[in-house]
Order: sequence, then structure tokens, then C-alpha cells
Amino acid sequence: MPEEKIVDRHPLDDIIRSDRMPHIWCAGCGIGIAMRCYAHAILASGIPVDQHVVVSGIGCSGRVAGYMNIDSYHTTHGRGVPFAIGLKLANPDLMVTVFSGDGDLAAIGGNHLIHAARRNVDVKVICVNNFNYGMTGGQVGPTTPTGARATTAPYGNPELPFNLPYLLAASGANYVSRWTVLHVRQLKQDILDAFNRPGFVFVEVLAPCPIGFGRANNIADGLEEMELYRERCVMADGVPLEQLGIDLREERPIYVGTFVDRDQPPYQPIQLEVDS
Amino acid sequence: MTTRRVLTGKHFMHGDYACAEGAIAAGCRFFAGYPITPSTEIAERLARRFPQVGGVFVQMEDELASMAAIIGSSAAGKRSMTATSGPGLSLMMENLGLAVMMEVPCVVVDIQRGSPSTGLPTMAGQSDVMQARWGSHGDYRIVAYSPWSPQEMFDLTILSFNVADRYRVPVIVLADEVIGHMVERVVIPPEDEISFWERKKPQQPPNGKFKPFLAESSDLVPPMAHAGDGYRVHFTGLTHDERGYPDMSAETHHQLVTRLIEKVRRSADDVTRTEDYYLDDARIVVISYGCTARSARRAVREARDQGIPVGMLRLISLWPFPEERVRELASNADAFVVVEMNLGQISNEVERVTRQPARGVFHAGGAMIPPEPILEAIQKVANDA
Repeated sequence: MPEEKIVDRHPLDDIIRSDRMPHIWCAGCGIGIAMRCYAHAILASGIPVDQHVVVSGIGCSGRVAGYMNIDSYHTTHGRGVPFAIGLKLANPDLMVTVFSGDGDLAAIGGNHLIHAARRNVDVKVICVNNFNYGMTGGQVGPTTPTGARATTAPYGNPELPFNLPYLLAASGANYVSRWTVLHVRQLKQDILDAFNRPGFVFVEVLAPCPIGFGRANNIADGLEEMELYRERCVMADGVPLEQLGIDLREERPIYVGTFVDRDQPPYQPIQLEVDS
Repeated sequence: MTTRRVLTGKHFMHGDYACAEGAIAAGCRFFAGYPITPSTEIAERLARRFPQVGGVFVQMEDELASMAAIIGSSAAGKRSMTATSGPGLSLMMENLGLAVMMEVPCVVVDIQRGSPSTGLPTMAGQSDVMQARWGSHGDYRIVAYSPWSPQEMFDLTILSFNVADRYRVPVIVLADEVIGHMVERVVIPPEDEISFWERKKPQQPPNGKFKPFLAESSDLVPPMAHAGDGYRVHFTGLTHDERGYPDMSAETHHQLVTRLIEKVRRSADDVTRTEDYYLDDARIVVISYGCTARSARRAVREARDQGIPVGMLRLISLWPFPEERVRELASNADAFVVVEMNLGQISNEVERVTRQPARGVFHAGGAMIPPEPILEAIQKVANDA
């Protein structure tokens, strides 16, 4: 038996609002793991914690802003990205990260997302994709695979989903990657790299939503979805962007890794040299 | 064009430009907007001027984003503004409520055009008055000013920034197309004569104990910490406690919403503005605002020439509605005539406060109401009295 050791502090105590625990997320949810990777990346970034700002929209992933003990803004549904643009342009010293879900970012906030990518604003987006609207109880969303069931698609989703990396690549994002919450080391490193990379960064993070999505689509629990990630995830070396779509119900590879890595200069507001 | 921050001097200036120059003079250094007639000249002017004075101009993908961006920028400490017209104001209502709830100061300029819907894009209206007051969902109070000249486009834009910062509220400059597109004399004072009301800042250093939504002073306005100041604040549109943390309780919700409303109510003496014309011995009171008040003043003068004891109260602040002043006038006046370029919005407020019917001179918009129908209404009221 290993010796029991009681520690006074958790390494993340300083940047997680422990007075807000327990969190609202369901057992088996992946959002907490993604948040933990973000928190570790902040601590490892070398950028003072007080310069980090997190912005969220609405939804389960949107609650991250409330749990991070940094300057944090929990905004309206879909508007996290333009809010973040305001913060960043007003104070370029800030490291502004938008942490939100696929429904928030790609449906109601979809227009803001693609325009932010087009502008290449120096804002980092961590998008937790769990293929449904979790907080409102498992409704169909912009990433729900065709045929998958949801409370508002009881006969199966009749629509085609977004392939988010393809969308973001086409929109001009400087850097686009995908990991799952099984890939904690890669995800943390990717977020860390994002901090050091000027311009618009989009990191898609696949995460189990056993209550909202799994239950309706024969994925028994969070662990089973993690097992799917383990079995099927493949590094996407040169896989065409249009083939990056995901359907967990099909036995085919889930491509992860970096899909876009450009070095375009980030958006800079026009400033003239003027004597005043 | 000059590159000075404040264009001190006498100008013959476009109303929308005067608004833009007012913003610069007020220290506004962030504008996010989406082009829309008849407000576009504000964006155009700032797109040219901001790069000269260290400001950030960004044209967003829509008005939803514009409103979100100015709240974000203000949360980082910059005086921030957007400008729009009716259709855009509708889209901004979502995040206007966020600014109310987060208590983030900002200025929204609405150059009103004929509405509803796309309406009359290039022609004047004054029909967003109630939308300005009630447009976002929920209980809240708003501050809105109605300029009647390019000079006031300049002056009231500055006042709007000051009120926004002092009370941590969004403020609307509710102008109309006639004033926005009018070219008239504008006098810009020296920079050191422009008043600047500061945002209240935390008195304690960042020590983890600061409660960003704790209002200890009688004005009910909490000090504001900005992103990057080290206070590690949390701002949310959810109902929140004094720490800013979400609190889904009826009690906290009632306390918060009550404070937000009471805060604006208590500001009334400080933020309300009206102007009197011939009111000392008036038995008939004309109430008007914005471009319409220019016609109304002419009608009042002509009625005075005819010996009718009429005066005019010009509303400079529409919201909070200058209740006390109107009530005061009601104690001496026999009748009220309300002139506005809509089919009766402020007139309802006048009737509510005076507890008597008011005669309306209304037009749905598209052209200024000329003095004649106003004069006729005054004569009629005088004959009836």
C-alpha cells in the first residue's frame, strides 16, 4: 500500500475558483478535462495569469468562464467571439481565449466565428464539440451527425453537420487543430502553442456528453466514448480537410492533430504616426 | 483634415460628424459598428479620425457583434461606442441587456429613420423612443438623450460617455435623421473645458477580496475593475451575487434587478435635461424633442405673437423621462400638446405623469412635421380652454 499523503493545495487551486465547486457538469462529461488542460496551459505559458482572460458564450462549455479564477466574461449566446475581439483590441497585452461549445460557436455564433477567422484576430478559440446542445437537454445542433438522434430530432437528424476544421480552414484561421479529451497532453501542449502563435487559433476538442448525446445514440457512458476515441483516433497526416467529418456511430477513423498551420500576420487596427 | 484630438474652434459641421468628434473629445477610443443609413457617416468619420488619435475602429459583421465588441472593449477599460439606426438597434437589444446586467458603460447612437422594419432608410423618424426604453427583455431603466442640433450631437455624446461611466450603464444617443444629416454651426471648446466623469475604481489593491458587484455607496454604483487589472473578476449575464458569481435564487435576482433599476432612478437629478421656452406664464405647454422641437418652437413663437399664452418644454433627456419637471408644469398649465414624429410614444408618458389627456401632433415619419399643424393644434387648444 502506498503511503497516504494529504496535500494542502491542488496545483490548479490558484486559477480555478474552488469556491464555485461542485461544478454543474454531469458525470462522464468531458468539459472539465478540457478546462483542466486550459488551466495547465495557462500556468505553463509564462504569461502572467492576470493577463489571461477567458470569454464564454452560453451552454455547458460556457460555464468554464465562471470556474476559471482569471478575468472571465460569461456573455450572451454566440457572442463570445466578438466580445473577445473588443477585449483584445482594447488591450493588446491581454491573452484572450474564448472557451465555448459547438452549438454556441458554430450555430448562433457561426457568423462571428467565421468572420473572426477571416480577420485573423489574435484570439484563441477552444471549442468543445459534444455533438449536441447539452445544457438544454440534448437537442440537435450544427455538429450532430446526419441520422443521429436528439430530443429535437427524434427520428434522426435530417441535416448535414459542419465539419468544423474544414469550415475554419476555409474561413482563414491561422491555426486549426482537433483533439479529444482523451488526449490531455497533446491538448494542453496545443493550447500552450496557441498562446505563442499570433492570430486566430481554433482548437476543436471532442468531449463525451453521455446524457445529452450518448444516451440517445447508443453510447453507454463517458467511458465508452473515451474508449471510442482510443480505438479510432488517428493522426491526420495529409488527410484532406473535407474528410474530417465525424460520426461516432460509424466505425471509421476520427482524425486528430493539426490541420492548418499558417503564419499570416494577425489583424492590426490601423494606426497612423501622428504628432498630437 | 486635422489630426488634433479635440477640434477646438467654430465649425460648420454635419451632425453625424459632430457626434464622432464628440466621442473623440470624450476620450472614446473604440468603435465597433456596421454601416447603416443614416448613421454611416459616424463610422466613416471615425474610420478616418481614430487612426490619427490612437483609437481603434473596427467594422464588424453585424450589429450583434458590434454591441458585443464595445462591451468587451469597455470591460478592458476603453470608452467605447457604436452607431446604428432602427434595424441595427433591434439587433443590439440583446447585448444592450448584457451591458445593463454586467454594468459595463458604453454609448449606443441611434440615428432614427422611418420604421418599422426597413421603413424609410434615408428619411427621418422618431419612433424608436419606446424601443430605446424597453427594447431589451426584462426590467431595467435606460438613459437616452435626444439632440436637436449638430451642436448637441457633439455635447450630448460627451454627456452620454460621462453618464455611462459614472453610473456604469449603457447610454443611448437617440437622434434622428434630420439632426444626423444637418449641417450647422458647432462650437468645440478647448480640451481642458470638456468635463470628464471618471469610472469609479476599486479602492483596494487586488488581494482576492474585491467584490466587483458590491455597491456600498448611496448611488448604488459598484467600482469597476477592468480586464488585466489583476482583480480576476467574473462578469456574467446570469443573475449574480456581489462577487459576480451566478446565483440562481429568487432573492438574489430581486436584489440585483432592484438595484440596477434603483441606480438609474437615483441618477435622475444628475442625468435629466430639459430646456424651457416661454414657460413662465404658459397655460398651454408644448412638449417636443429632437428635430421636431425645432418646428414646435417656431409654432410656439407664432402663437405667442397671436397672444396665446403658450410655452415649450424641450426634452433633452427622454429617459429617464423628466417626470418632476412635467408634473411641476402640470400644476399651472391647462393643456399639453405633444409633438413627435411617431404616432404617440412620449405623449403616453406625458399623459401618465400629468394625469390628463394631451393633444398629439403626430406623424409617422419621413418628413419633419412643419410648424403649421402644430400652430393649429395650439390655436385649437387655446380656443377650447
